[in-house]
Amino acid sequence: MPAVSFHQVTKTYAGARGTLRALDGVSFDIEAGEFFGLLGPNGAGKTTLISILAGLARATEGRVTVMGHDVVAEYAQARRSVGIVPQELVFDPFFSVRETLRIQSGYFGVHHNDGWIDELLANLGLSDKASANMRQLSGGMKRRVLVAQALVHRPSVIVLDEPTAGVDVELRQTLWQFIARLNREGHTILLTTHYLEEAEALCGRIAMLKQGHVVALDRTANLLAGTASTMLRFKTDQALPQSLRASARVTGRIVQLKARDAVEVETQLAALRGAGVRVEDLEIGRADLEDVFLEIMQGAGSRKVEMA
Amino acid sequence: MSGAQPRAPVATDDPVTPRPAGRGGMLAGARTLLFKEVLRFWKVAFQTVAAPVLTAVLYLLIFGHVLEDRVQVFPGVGYTSFLIPGLVMMSVLQNSFANSSSSLVQSKITGNLVFLLVAPLSHWAWFVAYVGASVVRGLCVGLGVYAVTVWFAPTPLVQPAWIIVFAILGAGMLGSLGLIAGLWAEKFDQMAAFQNFIVMPMTFLSGVFYSVHSLPAFWQNISHLNPFFYMIDGFRRGFFGASDVSPWLSLAVVGVSFGVVATIALRLLKTGYKIRY
Repeated sequence: MPAVSFHQVTKTYAGARGTLRALDGVSFDIEAGEFFGLLGPNGAGKTTLISILAGLARATEGRVTVMGHDVVAEYAQARRSVGIVPQELVFDPFFSVRETLRIQSGYFGVHHNDGWIDELLANLGLSDKASANMRQLSGGMKRRVLVAQALVHRPSVIVLDEPTAGVDVELRQTLWQFIARLNREGHTILLTTHYLEEAEALCGRIAMLKQGHVVALDRTANLLAGTASTMLRFKTDQALPQSLRASARVTGRIVQLKARDAVEVETQLAALRGAGVRVEDLEIGRADLEDVFLEIMQGAGSRKVEMA
Repeated sequence: MSGAQPRAPVATDDPVTPRPAGRGGMLAGARTLLFKEVLRFWKVAFQTVAAPVLTAVLYLLIFGHVLEDRVQVFPGVGYTSFLIPGLVMMSVLQNSFANSSSSLVQSKITGNLVFLLVAPLSHWAWFVAYVGASVVRGLCVGLGVYAVTVWFAPTPLVQPAWIIVFAILGAGMLGSLGLIAGLWAEKFDQMAAFQNFIVMPMTFLSGVFYSVHSLPAFWQNISHLNPFFYMIDGFRRGFFGASDVSPWLSLAVVGVSFGVVATIALRLLKTGYKIRY
């Protein structure tokens, strides 16, 4: 049984200019224990999909289950299995950090939970803030409390909606170490992020969304291998030869050329030499997830739903 | 999923989650939400309890002083005595409404309603907790007003059971109405409009400051369409043993009104009206 299953999930909003399809037949499964990345540009439908999973929104069509429980018909069991860290920095100004966590725990029917609350506070560097009112905390500290709130009922599936947006480096490290530990202990992690290096470093498998469609779904390693994996990068002031122009990504003076292998790199260098292009700071690197992401987003129409 | 190689599949539905001790069925989590809602207003009790008590005392001082010798509603009952139960009930009703409505609107606007929305709380749990906390606040303020005003004029307690019944039912109904208003309103000014154009007129035109028998026939008839009239009349019955209409009729009207309002509130909560999209 998958930890999370999206089946033909469609979400439409009635807007002033007709119907907006935020999600259009999204289907994929996340297995128990996976560290799964959900990527896509703004407006791709990531947050909508996560909101449906967490019960914040309802699918127009289709079905979502968490640990086998339908998020609508068996919402109580489904929600007990999910902990979501929302994207917005929200808090209840009436309460202290500990009160906030005790209350959140109580909503899930978990009382006398101070042992786990103390552990969460310690792991997220919040122990000395336990009695502080939420209003007194900095943005980064509020974000930590949001993470603790999502974990307070020990959900088996942890959903992080861009948890490191606007967060300092130290918290990012603390947070990822902690989340990685929870993942090792058997929790399923679903992460959306704008930081592609985070997804590359952490996620075993990735789905990419564009305009409400799944445009890629594969193991991170396969996605990286599937694209032209070598990248030739240099600076120049001159025009590129005709043969290279179509495939080059040019940012100011910086030129990036993708290549499948060393032979193709040699061909590209020969073309540059042949055209008499003077290059500086030449380097050869591996393609990263950002390259894959851009390639898939640009060619999403032709490469739609490459189901793994 | 050929591309996926999940690590050792987990046999049970939930490997790491200790089961919550008691699930409590439909009302699971309601106790915590009720506690949180009470704690919320209690932390700012100066504003949510003390301020309305002061307002009621000012009404009593001004109206009581001006009208004491001019108006006699029930035989042998002075105007100030007559006024006290009305002010107590008015405070109960207004504060019950204010509690659920303002808490919900604040949570919606600041976004922290998300903490409730992701929790496994049934619509019954929401209802019981929000309305329950409204009743607690209404009764706190009512007791406060009574404790301060009782020194100004004699207020017998002839049939105290009616006092308790109407205070709780009235607070419950206004708490439910506040829940509806809180779900509906998207901004504080919409909330204020609901309060100023519906709740305030209905409370003031219900016989807090006068007996509807002193009104012209037309306005008497209009007043009899106002459920707030029956709440205050029934409540006052408990103090003086006299009322404009039978307390049983009042009980029936207030009971049915509460039932209708509660049904609407529960329906809105169940469908996620303006909170789940």
